[in-house]
Amino acid sequence: MANKKIDSETGVETVGHEWDGIEELNNPLPRWWLLTFYACILFAIGYVIVYPAIPMLTKGTEGLWGWSSRGSLAAETAKAEASRKTLLAQLTATPIEQLAQNPELMRAAVSGGKAAFKVNCVQCHGSGAAGSTGYPNLNDDDWLYGGNLKEIEQTITHGIRQPGDDQTRPGALMPSFGRDGILTAAQIQDTVSFVRTLSGKEQASAGSARGAALYAANCVACHGPDGKGNRQLGAPNLTDAIWLYGDSRDAIAGSVTNAHAGVMPAWTTKLDTATIRMLAAYVHSLGGGEKFGLTPAPASAPTSAPTSAQAAAPAAAAPANAKP
Amino acid sequence: MQNPETAGDVLLYEKRKSVFPKAVSGPFRRFKWLVMVVTLTIYYVTPWLRWNRGPYAPDQAVLIDLANRRFFMFGIEIWPHEFYFVAGLLIMAGIGLFLITSAVGRAWCGYSCPQTVWTDLYQHVDRLIDGDRNAQLRLQAAPWGPAKIARRLVKWTIYLGIAFATGGAWIFYFADAPTLQHQFWTGAAPSIAYATVGVLTATTLLFGGFMREQVCIYMCPWPRIQTAMLDEKSLIVTYKDWRGEPRGSVKQAKSSAEPLGDCVDCNQCVAVCPTGIDIREGPQIGCITCALCIDACDTVMKQVGRPRGLIDYATLDGSAHEKAGGPPERIVRTIFRPRTLVYLGVWSAIGLALLFALGVRKHIDISVAKDRNPAFMLMSDGQVRNAYTVKLRNMENRPRTMEISMDGLKGAVMWSDDMPQSSAARSLRRTVAPDQAEAVRIYVIAPSHEEEQDFSFNLLAIDKEGGSDSHKTHFDAPEEKESE
Repeated sequence: MANKKIDSETGVETVGHEWDGIEELNNPLPRWWLLTFYACILFAIGYVIVYPAIPMLTKGTEGLWGWSSRGSLAAETAKAEASRKTLLAQLTATPIEQLAQNPELMRAAVSGGKAAFKVNCVQCHGSGAAGSTGYPNLNDDDWLYGGNLKEIEQTITHGIRQPGDDQTRPGALMPSFGRDGILTAAQIQDTVSFVRTLSGKEQASAGSARGAALYAANCVACHGPDGKGNRQLGAPNLTDAIWLYGDSRDAIAGSVTNAHAGVMPAWTTKLDTATIRMLAAYVHSLGGGEKFGLTPAPASAPTSAPTSAQAAAPAAAAPANAKP
Repeated sequence: MQNPETAGDVLLYEKRKSVFPKAVSGPFRRFKWLVMVVTLTIYYVTPWLRWNRGPYAPDQAVLIDLANRRFFMFGIEIWPHEFYFVAGLLIMAGIGLFLITSAVGRAWCGYSCPQTVWTDLYQHVDRLIDGDRNAQLRLQAAPWGPAKIARRLVKWTIYLGIAFATGGAWIFYFADAPTLQHQFWTGAAPSIAYATVGVLTATTLLFGGFMREQVCIYMCPWPRIQTAMLDEKSLIVTYKDWRGEPRGSVKQAKSSAEPLGDCVDCNQCVAVCPTGIDIREGPQIGCITCALCIDACDTVMKQVGRPRGLIDYATLDGSAHEKAGGPPERIVRTIFRPRTLVYLGVWSAIGLALLFALGVRKHIDISVAKDRNPAFMLMSDGQVRNAYTVKLRNMENRPRTMEISMDGLKGAVMWSDDMPQSSAARSLRRTVAPDQAEAVRIYVIAPSHEEEQDFSFNLLAIDKEGGSDSHKTHFDAPEEKESE
């Protein structure tokens, strides 16, 4: 170069610029640095050829190796599916009554059900399956429709009060005694007094005596003469400590006045048999599951069980809700 | 393009000056041999020692079983939750280094650091294949030819063999050594074993075979820390310049007008130095205090009939004293002084505390995690149920039956999720497999009048040896109902 400037102190050529008297030495790059740099360029060329890299109009180049992040996700998913295949097939082939005879399969089902529960069920039943007002708690030993594995599976499969599903849990529709003018406000208060004596929440009183007569006339068909409910109708037991919509006078009066009719989806349209069995096994394992054949028969079950919600509408009350 | 190593006449970095240390003999050299044999023997032999622990535990004396999260060391077995023992050992190792440094200077660097030991080993290989210092220098300068290539190939093969043996031995600490060895040669060992051997072989070859003293001078932080820890009472390898200077050969001394010092300028101290320094320039970071120059100088002093110890271990204080005409200080007095005694005290105290903790540690353990979602469960008959995940540890190498019971919560009973509620009781028994932790899910149910309260799970081993543990937890219950 013609105007080569040499720094007098070090004898090194400068880059030729000057800022307020400060100049920059033009030292050569270390050899290892240059070699690394060239190696990086070579690597980049190779990368662009074998991996997706260059954006085109509609999509990018795909690269020689055909790698894609979607593809690797699909491969991983397929691998996970393949590893679960035997288990799922086994679950599908095993009737739920026989699940308990295979402890290993049962354990797998419970842990699989735990995962499926977190995806499908927690929205209503809560992450700890403890439910909330109107959404049953699945940990306790009170079951509206029965708590053995078979009954739970049936409830999950066909849901509760699902239109279009023949086998859905019938769930009688409780009349809105107050809103529809069947009972007066005072009569409802008397009925509430009587109902609360059933579970020992109140002492017998003049009101509860009047309520007993009203109960016998309006409620026994579903809830039974002793108030123990009816699982075939999903009519809750009124003598126990568990109240889906609350046990205060106001809450019970509200139920009698306006009635409740909880619903639950029929999961058979969304989940496969194996997943439903896993869910049933998990719910059953939460501590309140019942054994086969131990289901206590309701003391005064109606002789003919209604087969659908429409048919099951005697003038009887069920603050019914989905409780698998 | 200019040569990148120089810009003009300015060197951009200091090029390594090859070090070809000469063979030497003497007491320090013998001591180094001893340390090398002892440390390498410990390293290679330890994984092959057996130790009978009964049928349920591995029989390898020292085993770091990462897969099962156990650390076995002869009669001691450490579980992950007892990691403080390992932390204690590390602290002892740290304070031990302080202690050694303050008492005898950089003895760790000079004798027992793996970098030193393996570099020493590789330098012996150099001398075995290429001959002593002068032959090595000649070979280095010689042009590449068949003889040089042959020697280099043989030497590097031995280098690689040593490196491979070093990396190979390491993996045996982490699995049953005989099994792993068989797997290793048949290609059945886990890929992590091959990767570990590969990496350690490469680093040993690179650090021990080629980088050597550069690791100590440029890479290792420890010389800097030690330099900061040395004081005027620390033993360092010292060239006694007041005795040696002005230096000159025996011949020069005879013809010289003024009397010369004891140093005959034979350069033997430089020739034997494994890090290639000249100790006569004074204390410096490159000196790992291996004392080989003391051996070399003493040999020469004996030959020329002058007293030994021109180069010797000495403290700065002692040197000043000696320079002023006093007698050489006694080494014992420099070693036992308040600072080293304090280190020794702290080191011993931690050691004793660890031994005590090891002696009284429990061999069964219970820990309880309460279900918090839901916190409690109201049952249809009004009773309240809580659920707990209880972890039982059996740290013995045999199955043990243990009884879990409740302390407090008078009216409650419990059962586990693999037994019917009908057999609920105040206590239940489990047999925990040898050397295992077992999680059991326990339900506790209490009548409705029990309020929320603290209580404990107690664990009692039901056998001759006994032992117990306890874990405090909580029972949740619904708040009092609002009255009508």
